[in-house]
Amino acid sequence: MKKQVSLSKEYLKGVWENNPILIQLLGLCPTLAVTVSAINGLAMGLAATFVLVMSSLLISSIRKIIPNQIRIASFIVIIATFVTVVDLVMKAKFPDLSKALGPFIPLIVVNCVILGRQEAFASKNNPGRAFLDAVGMGTGFTIALLVLGGIREIIGSRTFFGLQVLPDQYEPWLIMILPAGAFLTLGLLLGISNMYTDRKKRTEHESIIAHYKRVGREDIAEQLEVK
Amino acid sequence: MELFIIFISAALVNNFVLAYFLGICPFVGVSNKLSSAISMGMATTFVMVLTAIVSWLLYNLILIPYSLDFLQIPSFILVIAALVQFVEMVIKRVSQPLYRALGIFLPLITTNCAILGLALFGSMREYSFAENVVFGVGAGAGFTLALIIMAGIREELDLADVPKPFRGAPITLIVAGILALAFMGFAGMI
Repeated sequence: MKKQVSLSKEYLKGVWENNPILIQLLGLCPTLAVTVSAINGLAMGLAATFVLVMSSLLISSIRKIIPNQIRIASFIVIIATFVTVVDLVMKAKFPDLSKALGPFIPLIVVNCVILGRQEAFASKNNPGRAFLDAVGMGTGFTIALLVLGGIREIIGSRTFFGLQVLPDQYEPWLIMILPAGAFLTLGLLLGISNMYTDRKKRTEHESIIAHYKRVGREDIAEQLEVK
Repeated sequence: MELFIIFISAALVNNFVLAYFLGICPFVGVSNKLSSAISMGMATTFVMVLTAIVSWLLYNLILIPYSLDFLQIPSFILVIAALVQFVEMVIKRVSQPLYRALGIFLPLITTNCAILGLALFGSMREYSFAENVVFGVGAGAGFTLALIIMAGIREELDLADVPKPFRGAPITLIVAGILALAFMGFAGMI
């Protein structure tokens, strides 16, 4: 039997270790398209999180009655239903935001993060765990969008959530709010996150070697050093 | 003339991948070899044109007359999924070599946001039938073009000395950024 992971881990893995954008590289289309400003990124993140959480809950509760052959089609219909809910609510309550995000709210349907979590997690676990997993993945997704949107907004139009944060003397880099800026920012962000993960792994590895040297097992330490 | 502008706009100026960020997943995933990029581009263009036709008919002949347009998202995605499945079966029957070339890419196209994006843009901009089909062809051509250019660059990139943390996806995105800048040069065309 598989070892059960603790509940807090179930939540936290989506935030950093398995962050859907920075580590798994899923759901890049909305990530790049809507993050011209922090508020857009946040709105998109929350909308996707809502869809992810609701569909994970529903799918994991009915996972035993969905026939295996048509599971993907059923997942997509359930996801599309919740996306329609979000789309109509946004249109009614926040018309400006809905216009700014354009077709990218309907496009949450084909966001691979959401379908991926249903297939990999919700369809195999109980609703409680599926809920935590979905909230965690949603948080990770929202944070990544917010960071990306924040960076692009500050550098590209010297504001953050619409408030001016950089002085007038600063000439905004127009490229950051153009499509090219999205690719460049995400590329750099991914590189930096890789660098951080690599460094962490290396220090862990070195501390293990140091431990073996301390306890007098030079042979194991040498073997590890070669790796 | 109107149609020509729609084609150029969809293919170059508002390129689906480089300006609207639609279809980034296959763009990053399949663009490491030129041959698979061409197959993927062809398969996507084919499905895009069919989607443009079918989604226009569905939207204007069924959803609008019966005021069911709130069902737009689920109905479009179901039609696209059915269409892809159908195309896969037809190709399997008609041409085995083509099926082997496109085979693995076809199921991936269902979740390609470029296809659903095309259907949504078409209904949002209220294109006529002919305009919608030309829009589909243009978008497909633009997608294929971006994919092929990217694959060509990435084949060269394999030989370059990229800093370790930037290997793979990060450098691909940065190259795509530079490519997007280059495509902005087309903006003056319309």
